[in-house]
Amino acid sequence: MNIVGHKKIWFAISTILVGIALVSIGVFHFQESAEFKGGTLWEFTVPAQSLSSADVQSEFINNLHIIDAQTNYDPTNHSFLVRFGTVTEAAHQADLAALTAAWPSFQELSFQSISSSVGASLLQSSIIAILLVIIGISLYIAFAFRKASRPVSSWKYGWITLLTLFHDVAIPAGLLAILGHYNNVQIDSNSIVALLVVMGFSVHDTIVVFYRIRENIINHRGKTPFETIVNDSVNQTIARSINTSFTLILVLLALYFMGPADLKYFVLVLLVGVITGIYSSIFIASPALVAISPKEGISK
Amino acid sequence: MRRHPGLFLSMIVIVAIAAGFFVYPKGIGTKWMPWKLGLDLVGGSHLVYQVDLSNVSSTDQSSVIAGLRDVIDKRVNLFGVSEPQIYTAQSGNQAQLIVELAGVNNVSDAINQIGQTPLLDFREVQGTGSSTQYVYTNLTGEYITGAQMTFEPTTNAPQVTVTFNKDGSQIFDEMTKANVGKPLAIFLDNQLIEAPVVQEEIPDGKAVISGGFTIASAQQLAQRFNAGALPAPITLVSQQTISPTLGTNSLKEVAFAGLIGTLLVMLFMIFYYRLFGLFAALSLVIYIALTLGIFKIIPITLSLAGLAGFILTIGMAVDANVLIFERIKEEFKRGLPHASAVEEGFRRAWPSIRDSNMSTIITAIILYYFTSSFVRGFALTLLIGVVVSLFSAITTTRLFLRLFIKDKSAASQNSNSK
Repeated sequence: MNIVGHKKIWFAISTILVGIALVSIGVFHFQESAEFKGGTLWEFTVPAQSLSSADVQSEFINNLHIIDAQTNYDPTNHSFLVRFGTVTEAAHQADLAALTAAWPSFQELSFQSISSSVGASLLQSSIIAILLVIIGISLYIAFAFRKASRPVSSWKYGWITLLTLFHDVAIPAGLLAILGHYNNVQIDSNSIVALLVVMGFSVHDTIVVFYRIRENIINHRGKTPFETIVNDSVNQTIARSINTSFTLILVLLALYFMGPADLKYFVLVLLVGVITGIYSSIFIASPALVAISPKEGISK
Repeated sequence: MRRHPGLFLSMIVIVAIAAGFFVYPKGIGTKWMPWKLGLDLVGGSHLVYQVDLSNVSSTDQSSVIAGLRDVIDKRVNLFGVSEPQIYTAQSGNQAQLIVELAGVNNVSDAINQIGQTPLLDFREVQGTGSSTQYVYTNLTGEYITGAQMTFEPTTNAPQVTVTFNKDGSQIFDEMTKANVGKPLAIFLDNQLIEAPVVQEEIPDGKAVISGGFTIASAQQLAQRFNAGALPAPITLVSQQTISPTLGTNSLKEVAFAGLIGTLLVMLFMIFYYRLFGLFAALSLVIYIALTLGIFKIIPITLSLAGLAGFILTIGMAVDANVLIFERIKEEFKRGLPHASAVEEGFRRAWPSIRDSNMSTIITAIILYYFTSSFVRGFALTLLIGVVVSLFSAITTTRLFLRLFIKDKSAASQNSNSK
């Protein structure tokens, strides 16, 4: 399969997807969860009554006088998720009593109320973790590719690995921004963790292909054009690139369809990240190596 | 290992079977040592209290926090919580007390109790034995400026020095004068913590309690004084409560999804790599038993995120096998005899297996050190899982192949490997 030869098509697809992702993040931003910005998230069921989100919403606004309440219905758990500002435990108990009086089958599934200061410090530590993971992985990539051979210098492998990492994280992050805007999906520490794990996997796939290219350059030096070496390497490793990620996709699909509702978006981010990772390790990483190599020219 | 693959493989299989019994949720493993499950799987409350230390001098701060922790521990125990977890974290003038209560039915009561400022007071003792009566006095914790563990100058025995403020010194002077030779009871949260006998009148507001202390018990008493004496109000800043119903459901769903995911991975490996895939599938079962055994023996408190992390590693554990099998196929094609192709395949696949997993290991380590409890569980299971999976892929699978792929009988496998 001539993958390297069609590199312009692959670059165009990725540019469009990453572009959409970045624009979505820029326009929609992320919906921060109560965990980060402070606030309350109350999950409950009312099994004996068929209530709509609107009924619950009006109960909260009109009878509990919680005017900033936002209600969502979760069909997998048959539960309502209501979000509002931070409240004291006394207020929580009063509301609980009022709701139980209104709907006798009211059942609290979970209740979290987090002050904005706690949220801010959690957000801060998440950002520190993201930066450290990026630094740690970059240093590691520099170390892993310290031995390189012409015509590709060590830093090119490193930069392209980072480029694919950015690519693989940007797309699921953009998806979170879009889902946040249209489906009120919020980012919490689980989403951050999912994005960080995607970074780890992204490097995983890219390293396998690049190591093969490095090996083939040593074996075929001078005999075969660089572009052919790269294309052969990609074709030699394509089955393993797909298979290693495919086993992960299998467990992720099992978790997505059969796992608990709380993990749904966590798994979705991983799923999208892993699929993006397969694409970038095959169609972006190696062609990009050819694109920036001196022999094949600056044409891009 | 190269010479006795059968012996080493049987050892691994026996350990894995033992681990299987040990981790199985019903039966002897559970009687001996039950699983530790996180709040999100059994239900419970995760409470974060902010401790305001702005009125406490910096030298007393750690003692006050330790004392508060001790007081909260006692209060929580009243609610019959099995093994409440209490952590502290301090930064500047603010400290956090994190309380985790599993399986509490009446969380609201517990929250009310925990949030109260500890109350320390002194009571006079009348009568002895069963007719002992404690009479309230007006000397309470607010008259104390602090307490420290000190050492008796001559004997070097640990003791506790309590300092009263000006008004407190006066009250204490009168009280000791009236009670020389009698015990004076000290109550924290209405519980008797100490009843030292007054030796003499103490006019200067500096009381020394001595006799029979170890360093630890003297420290604890000083902490209790400080917790009840110093104004360090605590406020609930975060609560996460999960009902036992939701927790149990999550546990069932995640376990079921994990099982299905494992079966899918095994089927895929057998379908695609045939006999090799069967070895990988068997290694995967051994990997799962061993890893769960390690989780349980450490022990790691398994949260929902932690289990999710472990299930991810099930999908990753066979990655190394995929890389190795693809290499072995290439070596077959180059015309190597089968046993050598297997060895060569392992040898040549190893650098990329090691280096590609390293990025996940780095991510897991950073997540473990820089995040809070929920994420930590995930990071830890991911880290242990990846490390054990490396062992499993290069040891267990290799032993299977060494034992069953011999040069003579291997001709039949050639056609399988696509």
